[in-house]
Amino acid sequence: MARITASVYTSHVPAIGAAMDMGKTGEDYWKPVFAGYDFSKQWMKDNKPDVIFLVYNDHATAFSLDMIPTFAIGTAAQYKPADEGYGARPVPVVQGHPELASHIAQSVIQQDFDLTIVNKMDVDHGLTVPLSLMCGELDPVKDAWPCPVIPFAVNVVQYPVPSGQRCFNLGKAIRKAVESYDEDLNVHIWGTGGMSHQLQGARAGLINRTWDNEWLDKMIADPAAAAAVPHIDYVREAGSEGIELVMWLIARGAMSDVPYNDKDATDLIAARAHSVRARHRFYHVPASNTAVGHLILENV
Amino acid sequence: MALDKPYLDVPGTIIFDAEQSRKGYWLNQFCMSLMKAENRERFKADQRAYLNEWPMSEDQKQAVIDMDLNRAMQLGGNIYFLAKIGATHGKSFQQMAGSMTGMTEDEYRAMMIAGGRSAEGNRYLGEDGDAQPHHQPQGKHSAVGGKKESA
Repeated sequence: MARITASVYTSHVPAIGAAMDMGKTGEDYWKPVFAGYDFSKQWMKDNKPDVIFLVYNDHATAFSLDMIPTFAIGTAAQYKPADEGYGARPVPVVQGHPELASHIAQSVIQQDFDLTIVNKMDVDHGLTVPLSLMCGELDPVKDAWPCPVIPFAVNVVQYPVPSGQRCFNLGKAIRKAVESYDEDLNVHIWGTGGMSHQLQGARAGLINRTWDNEWLDKMIADPAAAAAVPHIDYVREAGSEGIELVMWLIARGAMSDVPYNDKDATDLIAARAHSVRARHRFYHVPASNTAVGHLILENV
Repeated sequence: MALDKPYLDVPGTIIFDAEQSRKGYWLNQFCMSLMKAENRERFKADQRAYLNEWPMSEDQKQAVIDMDLNRAMQLGGNIYFLAKIGATHGKSFQQMAGSMTGMTEDEYRAMMIAGGRSAEGNRYLGEDGDAQPHHQPQGKHSAVGGKKESA
């Protein structure tokens, strides 16, 4: 059967992608950001997944105000890097995994999460910057990403956005879906966005190092507490765009130490048989307007 | 029942909710059109003519021409949509975000390198942090000829 072996959490700041695309990674400003991912690039090579389930948000790219799906799963064979106004990023086309994606869609919808199924969309920096950070610079034509990717877009642009608890519970459902897929596949689930940042108004530039680091602590040791945080706390403490951190909870909820139903004895026992190991933790301020946070958690 | 809006007392912040989205529908949809290279060229060649193709308010059009992102947000714009205008003009997200504070580009960049803006005093309206209405605009020189933002 397929199984989720690890989760990766990372910011997806567009300027990071631009720095890589324009060969600026060696500049003093950027060096400490990329140094935080040296371990991760090696880890990706040593722990190559068969599929990445990549949770991100679309930044008014594939979804305008025409349609605003709360949760959208990509079931296409491939996804082109989007032109977000600067021209498309020079990175490889993203190959999908339609069979597993369709299976997850069916299973998760039957677990009462109403996903939108997307067969055609371009993917923006929310998806391609994490791939670049974890895989390094790749030639858009000669190279390929190391494995197929299932894009999973969450609306965090127009309120109402889903609650942290809803995201956490959705992660549990995704784990169940993956584990009911027959083929032996090593699946990584990535939660992206954040950490603290605000891109608007007189409060632009807000960073909250203390809150961010407490969040990283909670993601490792007490994700249920992170899931209980209401939206308004993200806005007040981590800036209006810090709300992106709800997406990390989808990936965290999919880890094996989280009981599917915390009122069910069998589920509790199953979850207690597992723990997560934090393989890597990184935090840096700033990348452009944003605090960069990054974690790699493995299922033990 | 009216929409529950627990976020109205956060200083210097407009949450893009259903009401803002209704106000800014055409402004934001115009922004989406700038994801095509040929539209960016047409817009840059004659901004007014391009804007007149959209059923936007005069205030919205003027905010776009002035690149007044605070005004555009008050009129229903969302930063991820408005970013397409900045991209068309070759501006980075940092330049766009910084422009909303009154600081110069260098001042804003220096604030970020120094660790960013503190949340202290900036969580609730009525505190005394640098994002509060009575401290606008920010930056050393912005008081000279700068417009005071209304609360």
